Amino acid sequence: MTETDFLRLSRREVLEASVAAAALGVCTSAAAAPPEAAPALEGAAQPTFEVRFTVNGTPKTLSLDPRTTLLDALREHLHLTGSKKGCDHGQCGACTVMVGGQRINSCLTLAVMHEGDEVTTIEGLGAAADLHPMQAAFLRHDGFQCGYCTPGQICSSVAMLKEVEAGWPSHVTEDLGIAIDLTDAEIRERMSGNLCRCAAYPNIVAAIRDASEGGAL
Amino acid sequence: MTPFTYERAIDAAAAARAVAERPDAAFIAGGTNLVDLMKLGVARPKHLVDVSRLKLDTIAESEDGGLFIGAQVKNSALAADARVRGAYPLLSRALLAGASGQLRNAASTGGNLLQRTRCPYFTNTATPCNKRSPGSGCSALGGFNRIHAVLGASDACIATHPSDMAVAMTALDAQVRTVTGDGATREIPMSGLYRDPAQGPEAETVLTHGELITAVRLPPPPPGRQVYRKVRDRASYAFALVSVAAVVDARDGQVLGGRLALGGVAHKPWRVSEAEQTLGAESRPEASFAAAADAALKGAHGYGANDFKIDLAKRTIRRTLADAAGVSS
Repeated sequence: MTETDFLRLSRREVLEASVAAAALGVCTSAAAAPPEAAPALEGAAQPTFEVRFTVNGTPKTLSLDPRTTLLDALREHLHLTGSKKGCDHGQCGACTVMVGGQRINSCLTLAVMHEGDEVTTIEGLGAAADLHPMQAAFLRHDGFQCGYCTPGQICSSVAMLKEVEAGWPSHVTEDLGIAIDLTDAEIRERMSGNLCRCAAYPNIVAAIRDASEGGAL
Repeated sequence: MTPFTYERAIDAAAAARAVAERPDAAFIAGGTNLVDLMKLGVARPKHLVDVSRLKLDTIAESEDGGLFIGAQVKNSALAADARVRGAYPLLSRALLAGASGQLRNAASTGGNLLQRTRCPYFTNTATPCNKRSPGSGCSALGGFNRIHAVLGASDACIATHPSDMAVAMTALDAQVRTVTGDGATREIPMSGLYRDPAQGPEAETVLTHGELITAVRLPPPPPGRQVYRKVRDRASYAFALVSVAAVVDARDGQVLGGRLALGGVAHKPWRVSEAEQTLGAESRPEASFAAAADAALKGAHGYGANDFKIDLAKRTIRRTLADAAGVSS
């Protein structure tokens, strides 16, 4: 069973299969359930499209319905559930990942558009035993409460500091012609695409400041 | 999302041809607006032609001293470009005032121009909307219309164009270059890109089906100081209630001339030549700024919840022109 096949079965189908198995007292396997029929497409050459990309340094090949967003490909097909689906409309930033080192909303882009791209998710930044300096800073400063927005906040902030390093101005940059002074106002403006409904913003800003001053990025 | 097929275009002409051949096909570039509208069921293309990999992602200096911006240049790259920051700070500022860091990294120059309105009735398929479903009526007319147009609107539609970038480009006299399905190219001035809603709000631009934006050309910058001011409900990551793109050429306290375009008030970036002609026509700068504000809002009328935009726009114009002229208001 491939990674994609595993999730081709919807939760409801899994439940139905389990309930049926329990009720009948027989053994069924997930693979025995009929696969969801792909909708017929007029003039379509093929219902799925193959995409090859690198995720957290590992080459991956997926065969996808083109409707699959990058976020759904990561979560549902590659089981990288660190990237979160908050609003699914590009308004909250919980799905932020890096593509080619730049932060984007993975919910607003189709996975098939990322042929050959290098994708980095929160899982690729660090691990429990080997935290990325930004992850460590968020822990140190208590930069979260429920934690749901945190992977997006961390991916966003790591890429944001690279934008600052590259000299990219922001809406609050006073002078477009000189080097950026990373004030708290700059951090807040540059992180405005990541909402935190627990409102841990003061600690998020402190964590980002700490990590940026640590120079370990 | 309605099912669709997908292809990645290899060059601009082939992309235009691929979309022109199918009435149900659409271009996709950054996807930040289209994917959202597809999820909502507002956009239902059956075939997507991906133009994001076309080699249209460079910014070059043109022979006349202007800039040539490829349609696939990302909003963040355009805002950060040293030539844009130096000669067209109005454009940098407008881009930086829009969206979020993540969205600017994905959104393209061409896509920004073609993004759809954020009118909540347009994006809600349960409500009538002439733009989404021609002939069904306009829910915003008697509805929640705080963000809607006070200029150029019609009873068919009072939606606003949401772009900041387009407002700056309009003030800078930008030209939009396109290629059509049969390979023909043309250049359209920003002032002629968007159609009036009274002509049918479902068609927002003069582009034909399959006509692809390949570049935006900026002529050399006009003389004077450039200022973009955006007024919105929160300090960041929100669409404009009113925005003002101003260029004012002032020397020794005297205003010689300038440019003025408004965002958030109409179906397109709103530029009024009568308003610009008042700049420098009065001996006192403040008087010419007030005259410009009145001329720009001439004929404006609100629909209830957005009445405030008329005064807000006038005040924002006066303040922004004063900033650009370097005089206190």
